[in-house]
Amino acid sequence: MPIYSESFTAAFHLLASSDNDLMEILALSINVSLASLALSCLIGLPLGAILAIRQFPMRDFLVGVFNAMMGLPPVVVGLLVYLHLSRSGPFGWLGLLYTPEAMVIAQMILITPIIVALSCQVLEDLHEDYKDFFDSLVVPRRTALLAYIIDARYSLLTVILAGFGRAVSEVGAVIIVGGNIDHLTRVMTTAIALETSKGELALALALGFILLAISLAVNFLVQWLKASAKRRAYV
Amino acid sequence: MSKQTVAKHSRVMPIKVQNITLTLNDRTLIDDLSCTITSGGISIIMGPNGAGKSLFMRCLHGLAIPDNGAILYADEPLSPAIRKLQSLVFQTPTILRRTVLANLLFVARQRGIDDPEISREYLRQLRLDHLLHHPARLLSGGEKQRLALARALITKPAILFLDEATSNLDPASIETIETNLQKVSKQGTKIILVTHDIGQAKRLADDVLFLHHGKLAEHSAAGSFFENPKSAAAKAYLAGKLVL
Amino acid sequence: MKTLSLLAIRSSLAISALFAASSAMADMSILVQSTTSTKNSGLYDYLLPMIKSDTGITVNVVAVGTGAAIKNAMNCDGDVLLVHSRQREDKFVADGYARQRYDIMYNDFVIIGPAADPAGIAGSKNIASAMAKIATSKSIFASRGDDSGTHGKEKSLWKVANIDQTAGSGDWYRETGSGMGATLNAAVGMGAYSLSDRASWSAHGNKGDFKIMVEGDDQLFNPYGAMLVSAEKCPTVKSKEGQAFIDWLISKKGQSAIAAFRVNGKQLFFPNAD
Repeated sequence: MPIYSESFTAAFHLLASSDNDLMEILALSINVSLASLALSCLIGLPLGAILAIRQFPMRDFLVGVFNAMMGLPPVVVGLLVYLHLSRSGPFGWLGLLYTPEAMVIAQMILITPIIVALSCQVLEDLHEDYKDFFDSLVVPRRTALLAYIIDARYSLLTVILAGFGRAVSEVGAVIIVGGNIDHLTRVMTTAIALETSKGELALALALGFILLAISLAVNFLVQWLKASAKRRAYV
Repeated sequence: MSKQTVAKHSRVMPIKVQNITLTLNDRTLIDDLSCTITSGGISIIMGPNGAGKSLFMRCLHGLAIPDNGAILYADEPLSPAIRKLQSLVFQTPTILRRTVLANLLFVARQRGIDDPEISREYLRQLRLDHLLHHPARLLSGGEKQRLALARALITKPAILFLDEATSNLDPASIETIETNLQKVSKQGTKIILVTHDIGQAKRLADDVLFLHHGKLAEHSAAGSFFENPKSAAAKAYLAGKLVL
Repeated sequence: MKTLSLLAIRSSLAISALFAASSAMADMSILVQSTTSTKNSGLYDYLLPMIKSDTGITVNVVAVGTGAAIKNAMNCDGDVLLVHSRQREDKFVADGYARQRYDIMYNDFVIIGPAADPAGIAGSKNIASAMAKIATSKSIFASRGDDSGTHGKEKSLWKVANIDQTAGSGDWYRETGSGMGATLNAAVGMGAYSLSDRASWSAHGNKGDFKIMVEGDDQLFNPYGAMLVSAEKCPTVKSKEGQAFIDWLISKKGQSAIAAFRVNGKQLFFPNAD
């Protein structure tokens, strides 16, 4: 199909010429994704660690809830955040609607359950391995939590990657709360949606290829890190 | 023994085990066991497989809780403070996903020992100084146990438990470990060791607790135990027979 | 560990940069709630830089269906409303959400369709009979189905042609519930007729073998109106900048800029401010 060669060429030219619009959109995509990822990890990693280690009555139920929340439809989250951030909504006074911050908030809601559920799984396995040793040493809980996160760093990297993948490929939430405004809230995915709606299919596909390349690059990097970690039995 | 060691000891020794029983899934694994373990020397816990040796040791260290009875340390029940004066080397050690040195530093910092030179010295004693920055989980079985022993020793415990710690190790590692145990015992650390290696028991034991079917069949001085075991089970065991 | 600290640094930088950027944006900027048809034509990409250099105002445009744009403005999530649905604009003003409505420009709607023209309507100048032919021949028709200005016009045209198009929903009458561009993509993909504003169709990149089938009927007139959201209803509205935006659009310069806008050599919007 000729559209493939058209798109590849377009993608190549866009990148080679460091097209300004493209660079701006790419930068915003990465910034929004990384910011929401960082915040999700800040909340999600300790939460996943606590769920992995502590035994309390609601624990299994909470783990189930977070697992279920991994399947939150982005467009629903986008709608809910929109309703809350709208001027006529409870947090309208913050003036966050149609800003990159709103996009970060929406994506944070989508990614945090992934971080919690997957890191809990990873750390549960580690806890099984380490708990007698830590028990014997009388390691205080906070030290243990930190030690778990450090020792599971490579597996957690995979978890973080899953979060990144969700963030960078998401469009349903960010387009509602961000408004896909030129030079303000337009990211790769919303730009692809826009170009598609304009019928500029080759350009949309070109942007898609660039986004894909980024995703693949990040994935390969993590795989390489994990392989070197495996060689040292750090995984 | 230094004043410090004596002080430590008096907070955890002697260990008085009073009629402890532990049942799991309707099976009685420890059956009304009582004994007194005094400071000084190396006490060896022996018995056929399934006798409850490891479980007994886990009870002594507080990793398993008996259903009945009590275990007192210098007439006090187990507390985190008392547990901190004990160290246990497991049969399969838990090796952290870090370097050899980092493994030891982790434990050292738990006990407030911040000088890395001290950690390096312990690793030297156990012939691991050439592997400081090696990923610890890639070590051989013998090297791992020597690391585990270094971790146990750096906390300067009053009681050192070892649970089948040298099973399946190469003779050189066993020798290094036993030498260190004897040295440490002379410096005043109480050593309580579970083993099924009769030769090792003969090399190290000052007194022997012989378990059979979760009961304490015999508790005697090493010499008299090996020459003249009182219980039929111990006799059969030492003779190399299968003890059912 | 290094990876974690790198990530932490990168993200804190990113977060602070984001906050810095948007607070800078907040000063001289307004939010315009407008429609996908207007946006997809490329008119805003053409006008906004001019407006910025003349007035210093950054205009941020959110493009959704007319119904959504009006609701958003009523929720105070916009400073100016610029849509093409006369009846609803008048109601917006009547309900007190804006003090008045300004004529800005107009263009027209067209029926586009596949070269094969199954309903035989190519070249027709009578919209009512063309729509009737489409319905009776049960040729596939792609509707916006999204409460937009275009959708509103389409519904009124079916009425004029005396057709109940909803009876064929899911059969020959396909309601995409999407913006203009997405609906055009669907039409081209399905070989369906559709009603589009001329600007969107001209600017649309994915035309396949489609042509304009029907145009020129008076009923296809499509006027655009701008309204400044009332400060009484919405205290956070940037009235000064919003009014400045509208004033620019209806000024001589704005009106001639609109007239000068071309896609593929064709004029798409006709200024009509008084």
